[in-house]
Amino acid sequence: MSETAAATAPARTNDAAIALNGVDVAFRLADGGVYRAVQSATLEVADGEFVAIVGPTGCGKSTLLNIAAGLLAPAAGHVDIFGQALATLNRQAGYLFQADALFPWKTALENVAIGPETAGMPQAEARARGKDWLTRVGLGAFGDRYPHMLSGGQRKRVGLAQVLIRDPKILLMDEPFGPLDAQTRQIMGNLLLDLWSADRKAVLFVTHDLEEAIALSDRVVIMSAGPSARIIGDWRVKLARPRDIAEIKLDPAFHDLHREIWQMLKSEVIKGYQQAESRT
Amino acid sequence: MNRVTLLTLQVLVAVVSLALWYVLTSYPLVGGKPILPPFFFSNPLDVAHQIYVWFSTGVIWKHLYITLIEAALAFIIGSVGGVLVGFWFARQPRTAAVFDPYVKMANALPRVVLAPIFTLWLGLGIWSKVALGVTLVFFIVFFNVYQGVKEVSPTVLANARMLGMSERQLMRHVYWPSALSWMFSSLHTSVGFAVVGAVVGEYLGAAAGLGYLIQQAEGVFDVAGVFAGMFVLAAFVIVIDTIVTIVEKRLLVWRPVVGDARP
Repeated sequence: MSETAAATAPARTNDAAIALNGVDVAFRLADGGVYRAVQSATLEVADGEFVAIVGPTGCGKSTLLNIAAGLLAPAAGHVDIFGQALATLNRQAGYLFQADALFPWKTALENVAIGPETAGMPQAEARARGKDWLTRVGLGAFGDRYPHMLSGGQRKRVGLAQVLIRDPKILLMDEPFGPLDAQTRQIMGNLLLDLWSADRKAVLFVTHDLEEAIALSDRVVIMSAGPSARIIGDWRVKLARPRDIAEIKLDPAFHDLHREIWQMLKSEVIKGYQQAESRT
Repeated sequence: MNRVTLLTLQVLVAVVSLALWYVLTSYPLVGGKPILPPFFFSNPLDVAHQIYVWFSTGVIWKHLYITLIEAALAFIIGSVGGVLVGFWFARQPRTAAVFDPYVKMANALPRVVLAPIFTLWLGLGIWSKVALGVTLVFFIVFFNVYQGVKEVSPTVLANARMLGMSERQLMRHVYWPSALSWMFSSLHTSVGFAVVGAVVGEYLGAAAGLGYLIQQAEGVFDVAGVFAGMFVLAAFVIVIDTIVTIVEKRLLVWRPVVGDARP
């Protein structure tokens, strides 16, 4: 059942939502050396496709996301967004960060409405839409709260609304539910799938949690341990949608796929930890 | 400890200190003389009387007003300057690097030594005191704004960029609020220093103000007057500080209070 990247790559390559072609990521170190985080990563995300990248800690999955967002320039290779070479920030993408990225001095509603507002929408209209989005993520009554008054899960909901209100064609997510507890993660996962199924954006979702990756996505991409991390596996998840995150984990097909991918991931995770230990 | 007990104990501290002061300066306990000579230590009744006279005749209002104006001007001018330069330096690292040693030097200088210069330049009126206050306030605000702009969370900044903000919008929605929050968190210090600048300036040479009042009393060995001036000054600072606290609470509603539980 294991399929290679070549076999699963979508046929229409030129209008893929995200196309990373032989991307290298390198950082200049303080001592003058160069740390190569990712080596020749090639990955395509078709429009409407939900792709998860899974890899051990420190393998450079987040940097790959920053490349796709245009926040970081690749050291080699190039990035195409809907067939167009990406030179600056990726204007088509919304980015949900791992760390708290809400503006702490704005209320939940102001945070959500800021995207349309900066794009020139009149404030009243932006606020009305913001309210609507807050309701959609289940926080209709929390518009006047400041981020510090919200729980971690609620802040993630605001973040989701803040990104989705701009209706980006691509959604980049960097372990967005990482800091949350298990139950909240499940609820957030279901909320995400719910919102996503409405208009099927292309999603690139980074996580270290294989179960989460399989439960959410259409494709799971595995990265090796860094440095010079590579994409070493690409699986299609053939589980029916709509899915419920909690229930799908009981599906035998889920287990088979999980076992299969985990075989490969396990050795990389161990390698990743050993490298992390030796670095400290 | 409940409020009533706390308040009682706090009042008790004042009562005991005043009583001690009174007894030690008024009653010959050892060898026919008070332990603290009244000439140097005055006594609470004389001080209270002096304060009463100041307020009942209304002399004090003019001096309070002058000091308040000086402190307010020093605060406003110092803050505006600090915000502008702080912003400028934080956004222009090269300029900041060039000026860095001079900023450090100017900040290291004890500002009191500038008072005579300011008096020579600006005369005995309020502006020499305002200038002294400005040199104190400016650096506090400057360093805080500089820090505030520099320490904007990179994630928040990246998020703002991804949300499509232009450079100008970043300034308005990210850098500016961050810098202001740092500035407001140092509001107590900067307002305090504005008052210090005014009073010290007056003390060193003026025609009116609380510092002038204290200095005049000292000149004629009127210890009761010196103490009275100190008490009025302390009350004045507490009032201003209370106002600052109220303003601060208003402006920083979005800030978590330390120990504040999340719902």
